Amino acid sequence: MPKTLAEKILSRVAARDAKVGDLVIVPVSRVMVHDSVVDAVIAGLRDLGKERVWDTTKVAVFVDHAAPAPTPVVADSHRVLREWVRTQGIATFYDAGEGVCHQIMVEEGYCEPGTVIVGSDSHSNSYGAVGAFGAGMGATDIAVALALGRTWLRVPESIKVTFTGRPRKGVTMKDAIMRVVREIGTDGARYACVEFHGAGSLPQGDRITLAGMTTEMGAKAGIVVATPEAPDWLFPDHGAAYANEVTVDLSTLEPQIAVPPRVDQVVDVSEAVGQPVDVVFLGSCTNGRLVDMRQAAAVLRGRRISPEVRLEVVPSSRRQFEDAMADGTLLSLSAAGAVIGSSGCGPCLGRTGGVLAGQEVCLSTANRNYRGRMGSADASIFIGSPYVAAVAALTGVIDDPRPYLEATDAEFDDLVARRRAERAGRGAASVRSGDRARELMVAAARSGVAAEIDD
Amino acid sequence: MSRAWVFGDDLDTDQIVPGRYAPFMVGQDKFHIYAFCDARPGFAKEVRPGDVLVGGENFGCGSSREYAVAALAKHGIGGIVAKSFARIFFRNCINLGIPVLESEDAVTVVRDGDAVMLDLAAGLLRAPGGDARLRPLAPFAQEILAAGGVVAYLREHGDFPSVE
Repeated sequence: MPKTLAEKILSRVAARDAKVGDLVIVPVSRVMVHDSVVDAVIAGLRDLGKERVWDTTKVAVFVDHAAPAPTPVVADSHRVLREWVRTQGIATFYDAGEGVCHQIMVEEGYCEPGTVIVGSDSHSNSYGAVGAFGAGMGATDIAVALALGRTWLRVPESIKVTFTGRPRKGVTMKDAIMRVVREIGTDGARYACVEFHGAGSLPQGDRITLAGMTTEMGAKAGIVVATPEAPDWLFPDHGAAYANEVTVDLSTLEPQIAVPPRVDQVVDVSEAVGQPVDVVFLGSCTNGRLVDMRQAAAVLRGRRISPEVRLEVVPSSRRQFEDAMADGTLLSLSAAGAVIGSSGCGPCLGRTGGVLAGQEVCLSTANRNYRGRMGSADASIFIGSPYVAAVAALTGVIDDPRPYLEATDAEFDDLVARRRAERAGRGAASVRSGDRARELMVAAARSGVAAEIDD
Repeated sequence: MSRAWVFGDDLDTDQIVPGRYAPFMVGQDKFHIYAFCDARPGFAKEVRPGDVLVGGENFGCGSSREYAVAALAKHGIGGIVAKSFARIFFRNCINLGIPVLESEDAVTVVRDGDAVMLDLAAGLLRAPGGDARLRPLAPFAQEILAAGGVVAYLREHGDFPSVE
């Protein structure tokens, strides 16, 4: 029988012929644990009567979900985590400020293609960016995997998502995956594996955006076919059976917006134009990479965001942070008025960074817009691409970023002025204290530090 | 008899316990008192051991946070019956010993506040408006639930139930 990618991987690791619906017990090549659940994981291991993890070289531990510690209770939890890491002898440990677990897992090469990796975070699907079967699980499942080096899985049905064409300027793979979520819905891929075709040659960051957001459709895993990292055997067989197939033509795709409080309530940006925003968040495992910051900088460079809007930029890892520093992107964003946070999950899950007040409206580049996700239960979260985020920060309203990318300076200023006039009477205008930033940018450009930014 | 608490579709884990009340934000002994604090104020005070949650599609979607399930276990929830469950939530419930049962009709037959009886042996949720039929669980999951959860099962047997 022709096999899907999921069937192929699970057959190989289970050393049997695994078909959709079978329960299999499989070895894991790595277990990812993060700060937010470590207490429960340690308790689970203790309750299992296991003092040591099964293999210290296959465990990766991260402090990213509430980092650096925002409260004494969290700080105590982080201290317990560090002691546990030391006494276990786990070398693959990334403390606060190193970045989001998923970004580091992929970019530092901890995800072996064609293997099963379990993580204590729901976005562990991200590892499918390099052809690994990554699945998020709860603390007890993770404790069991740490104790046994194995987990149980039901072999999932697969949904085939095919991308064709090339996106127009100002349209990104974030828009592409939001379009897929719109088609499939928040539970349309429940228990399933989403297999991405036509995406294997995309940059690794775009592939993380795709694989990670399969979680928002209920998927067990999301795997990109034919990536540069994949070994020869790792491809779905011709004629494999799919539960559903979705094709997205990127060449006609519009920027997409998820309307609160549902991540599958997705509209073309034209239907959300004029929606006022108070806060813009650029970051997360979905969109916190250099390319995302560069896209925002392409809009904001040499300009100031709306005085009544707060923009928070949180790079997804130290590598992304430093790359964005080195090429001047972060300086451009700071000069535009952004708050730059230390690498990590930031305010995505409402535990640290700029959490939202009641009635506030946020445009976020992250992946979830549930009620209460980023702070107050009475806040609203729209989700969009980095381009949409940058334009929202600049104008204070949601708008189609494409005209801004094509405009002359005069046309650009006119677009901004018209949009800003639409959101009078919200927030308070902040004085931006960084006038010196413009001088720094000029000096940096002269010294050759700031590279030419193109998107 | 126990009380039924009825919810709609796509009840996410942020509704069950918001991230800001995670155990590592408020302490291991307190987080369960925030169960449904936004979605159903008063729940944590009124819920009684054995009560049954009833929902629609995709119950427990969202974050993998097991403490959402741990909070329900602390309140002694006797079972959850929904049209369908999000996969991580489903695993977490089995692992922590809360019966999770799929039922097409429970959410329409049962009304919030009904006195109900979860009859696992008969595969029924008995309610004043009629009986809702429950889809049987895989033997693998039944064995783990019968032991009271995966930790208890593994302590007793040393390995997973057979999948053959």
